[in-house]
Amino acid sequence: MQSILASWKNSKWPTHLLIIAGAFIMIYPLFWMISASFKPNTEIFRNTSLIPETFTLENYRYGWKGLSGVTFGHFFLNTFMLVAACIVGNILSCSMAAYAFARLEFALRRVWFALMLVTMMLPFHVTIIPQYIMFNQLDMINTYWPLILPKYFAAEGFFVFLMVQFIRSIPRELDEAVKIDGGGPFMLYGYLIMPLALPAIITTTIFTFIWTWNDFFAQMLYISELKLYTVSLGLRMFLDAMGQNQWGAMFAMSTLSLIPLFVIFVFFQRYLIEGIATGSLKG
Amino acid sequence: MNPKLINVLKRNAVGYLFLSPWLLGLIGLSALPILASLYFSFTRYDMLTAPDWIGLDNYREMLLNDQKWRNSLKVTLIYVLLGVPLQLVFALSIALMLNRGIRGLRIYRAIYYVPSLFGGSVAVALLWRQLFGGEGLVNLLLRQIGLPGHNWIASPDTALYTLIVLKIWQFGAPMVIFLAALKQVPTELYEASRIDGAGRWKQFWRITLPLITPIVFFNVVMQTIQAFQAFTPAYIVSRGTGGPLDSTLFYTLYLYQKGFTHFQMGYAASMAWVLLIVIAFVTAMLFLSARKWVYYQE
Repeated sequence: MQSILASWKNSKWPTHLLIIAGAFIMIYPLFWMISASFKPNTEIFRNTSLIPETFTLENYRYGWKGLSGVTFGHFFLNTFMLVAACIVGNILSCSMAAYAFARLEFALRRVWFALMLVTMMLPFHVTIIPQYIMFNQLDMINTYWPLILPKYFAAEGFFVFLMVQFIRSIPRELDEAVKIDGGGPFMLYGYLIMPLALPAIITTTIFTFIWTWNDFFAQMLYISELKLYTVSLGLRMFLDAMGQNQWGAMFAMSTLSLIPLFVIFVFFQRYLIEGIATGSLKG
Repeated sequence: MNPKLINVLKRNAVGYLFLSPWLLGLIGLSALPILASLYFSFTRYDMLTAPDWIGLDNYREMLLNDQKWRNSLKVTLIYVLLGVPLQLVFALSIALMLNRGIRGLRIYRAIYYVPSLFGGSVAVALLWRQLFGGEGLVNLLLRQIGLPGHNWIASPDTALYTLIVLKIWQFGAPMVIFLAALKQVPTELYEASRIDGAGRWKQFWRITLPLITPIVFFNVVMQTIQAFQAFTPAYIVSRGTGGPLDSTLFYTLYLYQKGFTHFQMGYAASMAWVLLIVIAFVTAMLFLSARKWVYYQE
């Protein structure tokens, strides 16, 4: 008996069981949502099981239709376009700023860097009202410009910071090689730093994707035209038309909306995890 | 001209060229808007007519008369004060369990991270409405084991707590950060303390926790700042109302209603400034307290 107890104590099975039970509880709502998206509306509110009694694709057909002829396909396409434009902007502007901070020497560099760290902590509410007024005066309400333009001005300090950390870790001896070959700071940026900073660029791409995809506040603020709706805004429509017959369609579209995030997660998990961890550890 | 001086000028020109997008953004998207919102906070402004200077009236109204504002601050503080510590306790506990050299760490870590990935989305907020609704999944499960149900979201006593649960549910991101920090704790320290006869509990309090206090601090600061700004869950779960009885009226949601549904831009701007001051104050307090409890090596 003693030895069984001891081996039980030393084995890691209890820990495994605890962790698996915890993980199951955490993930259960998500699995349940996916299964609910295949259940008829009447079943959703009585079946706690993950396996539908009646399997149907009707929710997907019904939900995909969207509103007034604008389908969810439209919303997905809009969002992908928006995300792509944001990714390009963040990569360009943040890498330029990061390169300047990490490798170039100029007056007030430390002051600017400190200011960048401060902007990372600013609540965006304190700028959103004047920004809205500005974009309104520029006649950009109901366009994607207010959502895209800030990315071309490196407004998200997190990415600049991430890239600065990464570029600093690239050995300076490599810079010398470029300089000996007669390359200036532009060559250094384009041919050495950018290619070597690829992991940081991928991390930036992934996080820009996730944050833009999940964004709701700014999209709701600037977009009210149905044709321009993103997936987030398309999903919000289910709030207004919340009859019992809508739940299945809502879960179906919600499930679809999470697929791109999940795909990114599966393929780029390493970058995601490292991005989160380095954001703090090297700081 | 002095060639050295030319060199310096050239270096500065190149530096500022690369910095220019960010610098323009800093001026146009942060600095000027902050000043503009400070100006608007002293005005009455509906976006149709020119701003009307009213001095401190917005602030006076807010701090002295606006019950709804006071309530929104209270709701937000409860959310932050309960949500952040509980989320971080979960994050650290699971990270400690995962860090004991068990197999399958990567898979477990991934599963626990998934809610953080999805948590901010409209989809999950909509799901939460169903889960904690009167006929939702939580009540179905409760009834199955013979417990009475409760309309969690429609009841002012519990609606806010469903949002706090949603916050805690997303403990994966800070957990990943804790895990990375725990890996850096030198194993020799544990071996040495084991020889001295220290148990797991003592090791945690004497070795692990002190060594990772910088990361605890980082997580507390970042999660606190984020929690103050939470919006989507409250908006979706309450259908934009902040109800029932304003029990989920987050500060940001009230600010949104004032600014963008009632078009009281001046009032909303003054609310934003008070939020900035509250966050700055809380952050400053955290940094001050850090001297007492954050342990930096070297």
